[in-house]
Amino acid sequence: MATTERRGKQRSDTDVAGVVDRNGSRVDDATLLDLYRKMTEVRLFEEAAQRGFRQGKIGGYLHVYSGQEAVATGFLAAHREGDKAITAYRDHAHALLLGSEPGAVMAELYGRGTGLVKGKGGSMHLFDAANGMMGGYGIVGGHIPLGVGMAYGMRYRGEPGVVQLYLGDGAIHNGAFHEAANLAGLWGRDGLNPTLFIIENNQYGMGTSVERATAMTDLAAKFDSYGIAHEKVDGMDLGAVLACAHRVVDQVRETGRPYAVEALTYRIVPHGAGDFFEKYRTKEEVREWRERDPIGLLERRLIESGAADEERLGAIRAESKRAVEAAVRFADESPDPAIEELYTDVYADEVGSGR
Amino acid sequence: MPVMTYREALKTAMADEMERDDSVVMLGEDIGVYGGTHVITDGLLERFGPKRIIDTPIAEGGFTGAAIGMAMTGLRPIVEMMTWNFSFLAADQIIQNAAKLRYFSGGQVTVPLVIRGPNGGGVQLSAQHTHSLEGFYGHFPGLKVVSPATPADVKGMMLTAIRDPDPVIFLEAGALYGTKGEVADGDATVPFGKARVAREGTDVTLIAYGRQVNLLLKVAETLAAEGVSAEVIDLRSIRPFDAATIVESVRKTHRAVVVQEQWRWFSVASEVAAVIQEEAFDDLDAPVERVSGAEVPAPYARNLELAAFPSEAQIVAAVQRVLYRT
Repeated sequence: MATTERRGKQRSDTDVAGVVDRNGSRVDDATLLDLYRKMTEVRLFEEAAQRGFRQGKIGGYLHVYSGQEAVATGFLAAHREGDKAITAYRDHAHALLLGSEPGAVMAELYGRGTGLVKGKGGSMHLFDAANGMMGGYGIVGGHIPLGVGMAYGMRYRGEPGVVQLYLGDGAIHNGAFHEAANLAGLWGRDGLNPTLFIIENNQYGMGTSVERATAMTDLAAKFDSYGIAHEKVDGMDLGAVLACAHRVVDQVRETGRPYAVEALTYRIVPHGAGDFFEKYRTKEEVREWRERDPIGLLERRLIESGAADEERLGAIRAESKRAVEAAVRFADESPDPAIEELYTDVYADEVGSGR
Repeated sequence: MPVMTYREALKTAMADEMERDDSVVMLGEDIGVYGGTHVITDGLLERFGPKRIIDTPIAEGGFTGAAIGMAMTGLRPIVEMMTWNFSFLAADQIIQNAAKLRYFSGGQVTVPLVIRGPNGGGVQLSAQHTHSLEGFYGHFPGLKVVSPATPADVKGMMLTAIRDPDPVIFLEAGALYGTKGEVADGDATVPFGKARVAREGTDVTLIAYGRQVNLLLKVAETLAAEGVSAEVIDLRSIRPFDAATIVESVRKTHRAVVVQEQWRWFSVASEVAAVIQEEAFDDLDAPVERVSGAEVPAPYARNLELAAFPSEAQIVAAVQRVLYRT
């Protein structure tokens, strides 16, 4: 991967055969297989969403996560109860991985009353506060200050939680990022900012490559300006992400100081489900990255290490497929939101709604 | 009742509430060590410490967004905008996040946040430092927007604002910080969405909010000398909006003049006029008049600035027109 190599040295937390956790011991096979199940479920969910979009069952925008699964799967494996996560609009995976019902997520995409946010937000605004999912947000960069503030609020209240703050490579050029990172560094000096910045560098902000968006393409190094330590990780390799995640999440929790990881990854699908042409990148480039598809990479590792055979993996994929089919069925059969819902949730006290 | 300034009343409300509720914190530029640009927060750092009185860098979008995040975890942050003019830098956070989070999270997220600071002009700060943003923020569902005019109201409405579960845009009349009035001790809250009849009258209803209320009280005196009995209504709260008090008054006087410092097009006065014609059309004896700021960026020179804002003479002339005395 030429792009990856250009970005310099990555830490290696993995050995060739298996995956190590923060203590240097191998992650057990059952855990890895469960993460494989989750990754395949996310991929199949996204493919079903793309079909739903083409069928006209999903409106608005649709941004799917295909190709980037190892990033959220690895980091959210280190999520503990009381932690929070916040991301931009490519948010389906994060909700699913935090435990949202696939049916409720798909129903939200379908605009149904049984949706995760009652059909009021759609694809870009998935929330599941009970599981720590503090949202999908539609304005690039706009959610970053919120994550930093949540981290302050949790520490202020004496809670041990960590905020996993996901942002794309495109968001790092936005002023909101720089203002928020500066505050995180500042507040972190007093142990008041347990924010883990996770840059999902999929190489393109929509269709503008990192190289075309900044003269300083080492995105992790941008955190130097704010006194925030950082590293890069191979975001296509679940093993690498997992090992990094456990180590850095614990570190952020213990210190109350922010930390940043740039995960090098790739979106193997167009930016939005409505995009048919991709003038900004070549088919060859996409094909090259697909060879390092995170799911394929994990499959090879599981088979090579003897954790599973092809048949076992096939059975897991079938399980994921059934879960996604059930989600689509649930969404399809769910009713529209009640029309009265139009005016609810504007204010806490409905007296305040307009006049 | 004790007499105090608008400034003292505001500070008292915030300090009392911080004393009562640990979840209240304050963020803003130079609110701590410096003591606050408008000396609203002086002494609070010493009293409550740097974890609760948070001096921020000059980055309105960043710290307003962070305050929204704090509110999402159960704190009750008060953000000081040094002046509301700087809030455009935070407009994305206020409008796209604070106002809408409850809705697009399907009711899962609450943002109990107060953003406060001086609004409006009158002290020769010219174009970039002179805006009246009540119409602008009043436009967005999900925000509550208030504009207290008296020391008693600024205290009572600040108490209400901090306890409110939703984001509140708290527009202080900066030009009135030094004005004095009676302020009740203790927990004297003033609810949102209730206008105040500042002076009773029978011939014409004059409606304003913020510092224009004081101007209307002066005008009412002048008119009284000419034998015209003017009723003065202080809206207090832009959203939610108290139509009932206005309509009741117009049913009595049959004439209305709405006064505001902000520009006329797409403004609060336009909305007030529309509500009156919708709900009291048959009671009106004259078209509703609006007296507003001149449609120009605020000028610096004193004479130009005075000409850009509603004057006593303009308001008296509008009253004469609705009374058909011209």
